[in-house]
Amino acid sequence: MIRTQGLTKRYGSVLAVDEVDLDVREGDIYGFLGANGSGKTTTVRMLLGLVLATSGDIELIGQPMPRAAAEVLPQVGALVEGPAAYGHLSGRANLALIDAAGRGGTRASRRRRIDTVLEQVGLDQVGRRPVRAYSMGMRQRLGLAAALLRTPRLLVLDEPTNGLDPQGIREMRDLLVELHRRGSTIFLSSHLLAEVEQLCTRVGVLDRGRLVLQDELADLRAPTGRTVVLTPDVDAAHALLDGRSVLHGDRLLVRGTDAAALNAELVRAGVRVAELGPERRSLEDVVLAVTDPDGVAHRGPSRVPARGEAA
Amino acid sequence: MILVELRKLVRRPRTWVTIGLLDALPTLVAILLAITDLGPRAGTGPPFLSAVLSDGTLFPLAALGIVLPLFLPVAVAVVAGEAVAGEAQGGTLRYLLVRPVGRTRLLMAKLVSVIAFVVLTVVVVAATGYVTGALLLGDQPLQTTLTTSVSGSALSATEVWQRTGLAMGYVMISMLGVAAVALFFSTLTDTPLSAALGALALLIASTLLLTLDAADALAPYLPTRYWLAFIDLFRDPILWRDVVRGALQQGAYVLVFLGAAWANFTTKDITS
Repeated sequence: MIRTQGLTKRYGSVLAVDEVDLDVREGDIYGFLGANGSGKTTTVRMLLGLVLATSGDIELIGQPMPRAAAEVLPQVGALVEGPAAYGHLSGRANLALIDAAGRGGTRASRRRRIDTVLEQVGLDQVGRRPVRAYSMGMRQRLGLAAALLRTPRLLVLDEPTNGLDPQGIREMRDLLVELHRRGSTIFLSSHLLAEVEQLCTRVGVLDRGRLVLQDELADLRAPTGRTVVLTPDVDAAHALLDGRSVLHGDRLLVRGTDAAALNAELVRAGVRVAELGPERRSLEDVVLAVTDPDGVAHRGPSRVPARGEAA
Repeated sequence: MILVELRKLVRRPRTWVTIGLLDALPTLVAILLAITDLGPRAGTGPPFLSAVLSDGTLFPLAALGIVLPLFLPVAVAVVAGEAVAGEAQGGTLRYLLVRPVGRTRLLMAKLVSVIAFVVLTVVVVAATGYVTGALLLGDQPLQTTLTTSVSGSALSATEVWQRTGLAMGYVMISMLGVAAVALFFSTLTDTPLSAALGALALLIASTLLLTLDAADALAPYLPTRYWLAFIDLFRDPILWRDVVRGALQQGAYVLVFLGAAWANFTTKDITS
């Protein structure tokens, strides 16, 4: 759905986005991670034809951007750097204006589509209030509603949970899952690891303009081959396992994946076991490893050629 | 897209506030004239104003003459300066462009909406001028009166109507240059205020240079040079020279600045 090759944006002497090769497949919920200022928004803007790339190619839904913008963008819903609307008009009037402004989405079905998306994002009870009186969370929902108006095949969302309260975040997540279930591919840029970890199937990590990691979340979080043991008898366990274990905080990391056998062995020796299970790295571990400020520790099972380290 | 822009224009309270304010000054002038019966001496003050005391049918023209030098161009500069920069500042520009609305199309729609604003304003000012003129000033019935042209000969009521129509058209055309300049500035910046002020700076410079003999060589190129040529439409016979030059000059301004606006806007990174 989204492919870029060598996508680069240079502002004067500053390289904002450096040779990024994105690969977002149909059916993905793709988490695009990166610290603030890492080039996420510039990349998103280039995908949508707002910012013109210095070099490199972009393909959206199989067509080149920005050349085929007129055919591609009607199938794309976008939320870029916060919502925006005309403050003196109601949410409904805003949606009607934006829908009437371009192609794709007929006039006859407009009213019904607006009703549908307002209900989807939970703004159907707001009525005629002008947007200027909306809270930040309501504006965010309205922005999402605008993105959903033409039931897009691809949703490009930049920080969609910004300004939402925990309840709103949860609803947003449920909504995205639902949209994904109905066949939309979702490209979600975020700096919130937890959000991406809960929602996404694939992740890409941008660090200072470079894509340092792009992989299936499940692979990134695959068992590491070690077993984590939590026990009050740390010393006894350590002695028993002799060389097979490393102490990491209060957790004992044991080589080997057979948790059941390990458990039996420990219990037989009278070591009490509180918790035991395969070690998985959190997304945070993975991301921190590849975006190490020194650019040295590149431990992630990245399938992207290790360009990220060169810096 | 054009319809969308027009809808935005008329649904925006500010449009009507601006037109209302623009309308207030000529109305105030009409009221003052009616109460005091003190017109400016012939040949001084805004055009036609000395004549309206005896002939209220000329008041639409006097009203246009009052707003033309400053109020109308300021309003046009503000509206046109807002066109793109306002969307940028509000963040709605990026959503329009990813909707997608082609950049050229958006620019054209903005131009049309600015022109619509000019037409609307001129018509409202002239209509209000007609009503206030008829109510407060001219007491003779229109049909039997022969209005005196600027040249001194008599104009029939039909002629006055036709020429008032022409004058309104000419005033609208006179605003195109400002609109194009402000629209160009509007594509350069993300602050509507800077765009409007940039266009106004040009107008003020132009007005100032026109008073300067040393700048005579520049005069034919200054955007405000031919604005008052609409008075020539009330000479007998009509003195077309400046009117035609004015229209051509405004056309040239539109061509150049709209071209520049287009060249800039279609290649610009939208970072707002």
